[in-house]
Amino acid sequence: MTLIETRSVEIRHGANTVLHDVNLSIERGEIVTIVGPNGSGKSSLLRALIGAIRPARGSVTRKPGLRIGYVPQSLHIDLTLPITARRFLSLPRRHASADVDKALEQAGLPDLHDRQMADLSGGQFQRVQLARALMEKPDLLILDEATQGLDQPGSAAFYRRIEEVRRDLGCAVLMVSHELHVVMSASDRVICLNGHICCEGKPEVVASAPEYRAIFGSGTGGALALYRHDHDHHHDHACDHDHEAAE
Amino acid sequence: MLDDFLIRAALAGLGVAVAAAPLGCFVVWRRMAYFGDATAHAAILGVALALGFSMSVFTGALVVALAMALTVSALSGRGYAMDTLLGVMAHSALAFGLVAVSFLQGVRIDLMAYLFGDILAVDKTDLMVIWGGAMLVLALLVWRWQALLTATLGSDLAYASGVDPKREQLVLTLALALVVAVAIKVVGVLLIAAMLIIPAAAARPLSSTPERMAAIAVLIGMVSALGGLKLSFMLDTPTGPTIVCVAAIIFSATSTIGLINRNAA
Repeated sequence: MTLIETRSVEIRHGANTVLHDVNLSIERGEIVTIVGPNGSGKSSLLRALIGAIRPARGSVTRKPGLRIGYVPQSLHIDLTLPITARRFLSLPRRHASADVDKALEQAGLPDLHDRQMADLSGGQFQRVQLARALMEKPDLLILDEATQGLDQPGSAAFYRRIEEVRRDLGCAVLMVSHELHVVMSASDRVICLNGHICCEGKPEVVASAPEYRAIFGSGTGGALALYRHDHDHHHDHACDHDHEAAE
Repeated sequence: MLDDFLIRAALAGLGVAVAAAPLGCFVVWRRMAYFGDATAHAAILGVALALGFSMSVFTGALVVALAMALTVSALSGRGYAMDTLLGVMAHSALAFGLVAVSFLQGVRIDLMAYLFGDILAVDKTDLMVIWGGAMLVLALLVWRWQALLTATLGSDLAYASGVDPKREQLVLTLALALVVAVAIKVVGVLLIAAMLIIPAAAARPLSSTPERMAAIAVLIGMVSALGGLKLSFMLDTPTGPTIVCVAAIIFSATSTIGLINRNAA
């Protein structure tokens, strides 16, 4: 079932065309990652999907009643705004206190209820953001470079959590990421974006595509090797295609 | 009871505090302090127009404040240097308003009342307008509270959860114009922004959640209004400015407490 679909979407910022001819659809339960250099329109695409920018041309179609959970790249909470982790989870709708407690526990943050959001570490903050996005039981989880600023164990743990969430909720996940090796092993489908969709497909297909190589060059050789290693490893020991995320 | 001008003044002050303090929290969180200033200062132009066309001052102030707030709201986010633009608009609106008032015969004496408020001259009709407006603002904020908070945290966060941040901005703009219109008589256009911002800022160090901050801000606003009224009576000082002085003193006290707590933690 298609959750969200774009047809010939074009996005402009003033006179600049940031994206053109974007045709994309996200199906239930899949993990899709968008990769691309800075300024390639990744965030603009996500913002068009959530309805924050209107495409200059083309259309974005959501499944009626589609629930989106969104974790932005960075959320700056003004220091003048006091808000605890517990209160943050009750936005935009209020939830029973037991549900909030359970969500924080599942996020691995059982002791942070009454901590101010501003006092959380980067990793904790992102986990709380994820927990908030999950409160509404989304059909589609959208993450915009959600692990930016986290160290490697931190981001690996974050991606593991996303795999868990996909498994438990059955939601689709659409994310933008710079961490190619993690992305490659954790995604069902990769979309390589640079003003338009250069190539897309299974991670190994995209990784060997000339368009992808032209953008990411040979610098990703190591990452690819790591990816292939992970990938083979998982295939040897587990028959299902739900990879256990990058370890 | 309402025949006593001091009681009427107290009720007027409380009415403004009840509406201005929670709205002021949003003004603080969203960094709209200058926005509040521009809206409030524009109201003096509304006063001049109202007097010129013999309308009610409340209506004139409301209309012009709303026009100003909508203009500023529309201009924001279009790449202007907002603090400069707002500074220009706030002070030009005030200047144009003052010039416009000078064209009116016999109003010159009253000018001080509109600049600094004249809470002791509040009559029963004023009181009804103030409390009517205050309740309207409060109802608006309570109704939109969750959506307003979400939009304040981030516009993309709001869009993703089906909240239109532009609509919430409009709600705040409307509430702001209302508060300005009802507060003119109490603190005057020059000090309205103070009633918005100071109680909210004073409540910040004592608060752990947005709701708590709004509630404490209301409390601080009310204490300032009553305390200021009493002090101005005792010291024979202008009432509006005295109310703001009390709020400012409370602000320094809570900031100090906040500083001590932060260092102790």
